[in-house]
Amino acid sequence: MDLRTRYLGLTLTSPLVPSASPLSEKIENLRRMEDAGAGAVVLHSLFEEQIEQESQTLLHYLDAGTESNAESLSWLPMPSEQRFGVDEYLEHVRRAKQALGIPVIASLNGATPGWWVKTAGRVQQAGADAIELNLYHVAADPETTSADVEERLLEIVREFRSATTLPMAVKIGPYFSALASFARELTLAGTDGLVLFNRFFQPDIDLEALETRSNVQLSTPNEMRVRLRWIAILRGRIQASLAATGGVHDWEDAAKLLLAGADVVMLCSALLRLGIPYLGEVKDGLSRWLSERDYESVEQMKGSMSQLACQNPTAFERASYIKAITGYHLAV
Amino acid sequence: MERRTIKREALDGNEAAARMAYAASEVIAIYPITPSSPMGELADAWAAEGKPNLWGSVPSVIEMQSEGGAAGALHGALSTGALATTFTASQGLLLMIPNMYKIAGELTPAVFHVAARSVACQALSIFGDHSDVMAVRQTGFALLASSSVQEAMDLAAVAHAATLRTRIPFLHFFDGFRTSHEVLKIETVPEEVLKALLDHEAIRAHRSRGLTPERPTLRGTAQNPDVFFQARESVNPFYLAAPAAVQEVMDRFAEATGRAYRLFDYSGHPQAESVVVMMGSGVGAATEAVEALVASGQKVGLLTVRLYRPFAVSAFISALPQSVRSIAVLDRTKEPGAPCEPLHLDVVAALDEASADGSWGGARPRIIGGRYGLSSKEFTPAMAASVFAELGKDRPKNHFTAGIVDDVTGSSLSWDRTFTTELPETTRAVFYGLGSDGTVGANKNSIKIIAEETDLFAQGYFVYDSRKAGSTTVSHLRFGPAPIRSTYLIESADFVACHQESFLTTLDLLKVARPGGVFLLNTTAAPERVWDTLPVEMQKAMIEKKIRFYSIDAGAVAEKAGLGRRINTVMQTCFFAISGLIPRDLAVEAIKDTIRKTYGAKSDRIVAMNCAAVDGALPAFYEVPVPARVTATRTLRPPVPKTAPDFVQRVTGRIIAGEGDLLPVSALPVDGTWPTSTAKWEKRNIALEVPVWDEAWCIQCNKCALVCPHAAIRAKAYPTEALHGAPAGFKALEWKGHEFPAGTKYTIQVAPEDCTGCALCVEVCPAKNKTETRLKAINMIPHPEVVEREARNFEFFLALPEADRAAVPANVKGSQLLEPLFEFSGACAGCGETPYVKLLSQLFGDRLLVANATGCSSIYGGNLPTTPWSSDRNGRGPAWSNSLFEDNAEFGLGFRLSLDAQRRRAEQLLHALADRLGDGIATDLIGQETTDEAGISRRRDRVAILRKRLAKIDDPEARELDQLADALVRKSVWIVGGDGWAYDIGYGGLDHVLASGRDVNVLVLDTEVYSNTGGQASKATPRAAVAKFASAGKPTPRKDLALLAMSYGNVYVARVAMGGSDAHTVKAFLEAEDFPGPSIIIAYSHCIAHGYNMQQGMQQQKLAVQTGYWPLLRWDPRRAETGENPLQLDSRAPQMPLQEYAYRETRYRMLTLSRPEEAKRLMTLAQHDVDEKWRRLEQMASSPGPPPGAGPPGGSPKQGVAPPSAPAAATTGGGRNGS
Repeated sequence: MDLRTRYLGLTLTSPLVPSASPLSEKIENLRRMEDAGAGAVVLHSLFEEQIEQESQTLLHYLDAGTESNAESLSWLPMPSEQRFGVDEYLEHVRRAKQALGIPVIASLNGATPGWWVKTAGRVQQAGADAIELNLYHVAADPETTSADVEERLLEIVREFRSATTLPMAVKIGPYFSALASFARELTLAGTDGLVLFNRFFQPDIDLEALETRSNVQLSTPNEMRVRLRWIAILRGRIQASLAATGGVHDWEDAAKLLLAGADVVMLCSALLRLGIPYLGEVKDGLSRWLSERDYESVEQMKGSMSQLACQNPTAFERASYIKAITGYHLAV
Repeated sequence: MERRTIKREALDGNEAAARMAYAASEVIAIYPITPSSPMGELADAWAAEGKPNLWGSVPSVIEMQSEGGAAGALHGALSTGALATTFTASQGLLLMIPNMYKIAGELTPAVFHVAARSVACQALSIFGDHSDVMAVRQTGFALLASSSVQEAMDLAAVAHAATLRTRIPFLHFFDGFRTSHEVLKIETVPEEVLKALLDHEAIRAHRSRGLTPERPTLRGTAQNPDVFFQARESVNPFYLAAPAAVQEVMDRFAEATGRAYRLFDYSGHPQAESVVVMMGSGVGAATEAVEALVASGQKVGLLTVRLYRPFAVSAFISALPQSVRSIAVLDRTKEPGAPCEPLHLDVVAALDEASADGSWGGARPRIIGGRYGLSSKEFTPAMAASVFAELGKDRPKNHFTAGIVDDVTGSSLSWDRTFTTELPETTRAVFYGLGSDGTVGANKNSIKIIAEETDLFAQGYFVYDSRKAGSTTVSHLRFGPAPIRSTYLIESADFVACHQESFLTTLDLLKVARPGGVFLLNTTAAPERVWDTLPVEMQKAMIEKKIRFYSIDAGAVAEKAGLGRRINTVMQTCFFAISGLIPRDLAVEAIKDTIRKTYGAKSDRIVAMNCAAVDGALPAFYEVPVPARVTATRTLRPPVPKTAPDFVQRVTGRIIAGEGDLLPVSALPVDGTWPTSTAKWEKRNIALEVPVWDEAWCIQCNKCALVCPHAAIRAKAYPTEALHGAPAGFKALEWKGHEFPAGTKYTIQVAPEDCTGCALCVEVCPAKNKTETRLKAINMIPHPEVVEREARNFEFFLALPEADRAAVPANVKGSQLLEPLFEFSGACAGCGETPYVKLLSQLFGDRLLVANATGCSSIYGGNLPTTPWSSDRNGRGPAWSNSLFEDNAEFGLGFRLSLDAQRRRAEQLLHALADRLGDGIATDLIGQETTDEAGISRRRDRVAILRKRLAKIDDPEARELDQLADALVRKSVWIVGGDGWAYDIGYGGLDHVLASGRDVNVLVLDTEVYSNTGGQASKATPRAAVAKFASAGKPTPRKDLALLAMSYGNVYVARVAMGGSDAHTVKAFLEAEDFPGPSIIIAYSHCIAHGYNMQQGMQQQKLAVQTGYWPLLRWDPRRAETGENPLQLDSRAPQMPLQEYAYRETRYRMLTLSRPEEAKRLMTLAQHDVDEKWRRLEQMASSPGPPPGAGPPGGSPKQGVAPPSAPAAATTGGGRNGS
């Protein structure tokens, strides 16, 4: 079965791509992903805020309490060399490129425009085949409008586009008032693809300690549906590659997302839960289904059930129970 | 040699010397001691980053367990042909003496670089004088003295070259702090100059003398009376030839650098009649004085000693002008009882010899000698001038002192305080800051900017007070067109800056300002109110001296730029803008360049914030008009209240006020004995926020009081009627519990003027406000809002009755109802050590003796001006002393031996007087006693009765027993110190004391580094952490002191972490004290050197326990007697990976950034250490019955005195209230 797919202008041997996760921090894992049939790998995210926080914290504590006492003018040795994350990440990109035959996609998560520009060039030099920009923003400030949020993200994409010739995808969350329009704006700003959707840390309350907790939980299969909806809607409507990520747990999910119009399907929680070799099982299942249905290739089936191509396009716009029931009655 | 291009840099003396030492060495053995530690730190850091020496290899830098160890390792390295060096000072140098004799005796080239420091006598001092180097002048080492930062580098190079040429080991020294820590723009010595200076043939010869089985030789023999003497004399030719060889090296150095040195350098009038002879940093001040006096027509001169040993008489004589009629020799040391100080004696001997052999042609000059500058006491040109003035008298004073007022033996010379030699073209600036505000760091930057961006010369010297929290820093900066030699503090400043407005209440900041100078104040006051914030003294000075007054709200600028309270960049910009030292635009660009260089690679945001602060500062400062008359009514606050005792008023108060230099000799105790209970008189008010009790949510757990490092939160349970007269707003609750009568009240009270604002208390408070969970039963409130009210409340609180110690429950809650007799220390805010020390004082304080190893605890415990050790209403309290760093266990054991001897004698006298005392009181007081509070109290009552009866007996034995009677009440001896002492330098002694079986208690405040000297690695430093001397990450696991102590079997051992389990900690303290043999408690102490917010200290301790890094345990040998396993593991198996704990600390995290792969490797090994340790402990604790080696308490027979309490199962629960 020809599983090849085009994504961000690259030809991948398979539409299955492990998404950014701690698994990709080890070169050995990346090799296993390639062996299991990954078409490309997305490296774990380089978080600007984390790096910035790390460096600020480090500098703060290297400085705290110094020059206060004649006997202890400082408390820790002053490092002559600190890599503060970016260099380590670039080294990881270089090593991944050396180790793999499949494309390596770096994942960047920035907070300030300048940082994106500076880092994009360095990532390109390190040899990445493409970059995935991880954009998110919790708009908690009542003074910030949805237009402000969108403009800020678009500006980042524009700046980024001007800084690098590398293929670029933008990973966003689903919480936009007019997602289709915003997706189009993103393509106009220069992105080559969209990765739908980000998953976020969600807060929780510890009843014992009466404190907030925050962590990320592995996805569940039903999260796939929202991706399915938007990929189907956007397929053919915007000029960009589409990647589905979040809630993909088996080959059936992958097949559905490809049918809806995804160019690649990304897996994370399933691999964290079941191990990297599980990717091979998903690939086998997908191949089997394609063979059984006499598909020639993935390219052939991609988007064949998008909103534009499917029999019942309204299904992707249904949003409430009432409407679904109504539809049922009308159909009868 | 070819002249090289001149490169100028701003360096301090330590770095200047260390650069040469590192480049010329293959092996560097180090051990931390102030003020030489930075030399070792630099060497370690350079080695960690792979910096090569002159020959392209990286020197082996190894930290040893003591200076003795460093000298031993060095001796070995030298013996086998390495080029080796070390750095030390003071007591450290003294510990090297045995090996120094050997190294010199074997004619081994080596260089020791010494930042000369006082040797502890009546007190320890970290500051500079020559008492240490003078104590080794007999070892056979050559002694080469540098008197400035420039010379520290130049003569370091000379020393390394000369030792190879002469085969005599060199001790190169410069004055601690004044030179070691002074930052000065100097011409650096290029490495190629150093390399060319070293004699390669001599290096080859040294290597060829190295021990090797290829050419076996025998060294270190024992010799008998027949040959030892002759062999000792065999080295004479080397010592005779050495001076000329050193001079030759100096000449070659001069050829290469243009800086010429002589063994004895003379400067001054060519026909001088009065000459001062001296060495070290005082030379700078003396040179200025000589130049000024010569310019005024006086025939005076200065002879600077550079090569002190071997003392070249002929070179000395040739350097001395033949015209000299009188000589004053200045020694920076004191040799009590000697006819004169060492240099003085040498000069007398040299002139005597030269006169006798005719090499001194003139009349024999009169020679007097004097002491100056002990412990970095200021030595100014005015003081030097006073010596010349004395020399001019008909009958000059011999054995004088310069720079103090000796009103006891009248030794001192008076000096003219108006005599000054400061050059008008030099800009002098003094900055007052807080340790935490970055003032010193910014000033060091300013010096670098001037040094690098202009042709101006620059100098910086920094004065710190001895507190670790809220310390005041004073920076003295000079900038000028000529090289700066002024080795003394600025007395007349062109520019004075006050970086903290709180200083306006206590410091007379304008005393140092010159007429027409500038004063810059950082203040939150509005421009129109700024003048009104000044006290009378400052307004008056400002008007009289016509001072130009500038002001800025630097905090607001910094805050706006995102820098929080870091005002250093703002104030630095103001300094450049106002002083006009360099054009404003150039200065701004230079500051920004420095910011980019410092932070550029690390954080764009920090660069942006600091640059924003620079830009924000320029429009924000403004000139304040100075009115024609004083309008203030407020004067500076006295250093201590008028209610303080006389001694505190006369002596302590003046030291607090910064007037210690003015105290005459008669004001000071002759034997170093000082009163306790003095910290309470110094209200420092350093917290920005203080905790305030919200009684509505309090559950009365007392945890806040337990963890408070400064005893600034107190708990009391007291009768209702005591509330009579309480100030309005004084809070009280009903006591929850049955220990006290119904109606007992309970209060938690904060001492707002003593609190450091660390917020540990808030962090540990388990009670939450039910309507707003961010609040607890104790919350931080801005200091100004509550200080007045809470200070009043605290005063009332102190007067409330203390709880009956016998009724207080033996647990965490109860422990905090006992009065702390360790209060308001100067330890770091949030210190992890002091809560244990305070607990010790609460549990046993009224019968406690503390032997305290040198370290943080000896500094916050006993560094003047005040001490936190205090006493109760009965006048009882801990008696405390510090002997040395290395001998503390032995020192404490001595306490026990003495107490036991006194008790034996008292019992002997009781026997003798038993019949006359009557009523069985002798029988009551002889033999066993209980260890609980009720028993102690009964015992004290009996002793009181005994004394009454003794008063009626007219017999010398009765008088003697009266004096010794207190020995009949059980005393608690605690040996307290840090891990540097217990694991490293003092381990031999500790081991012996534990093995002694004697009833002493050891408390190890384990911060896992040498905290006091700034965080150097000890054997307690964990694997994978970074520390100084382990900058590449500690590759080996920490030593398990608990396991080692357990191996004795008969030692009580506990490993505690207050944040892991406070109940366990209290229990362990009680059990250890109750145990009738040696006990050791190893207490996890979080520390600022770990690099995280100290507010999280207790939480971090909890994680240390939860990850299994710090398993809580108790090993009680008494359990073995009942067939139980002595080991009790008191914490659960590891519940999470080590990194959950470790990576919350900078000491671990920084390695993940600098060497990520190594960090991962070491963390894996460290996790393995944790797992393996837990497995082993679990195995030991789970085996039935006592493991082999577990024995009964006590290990050696008690000598003549019965154990104070019989080992009994009943006491193993630690019940201090058990009977």
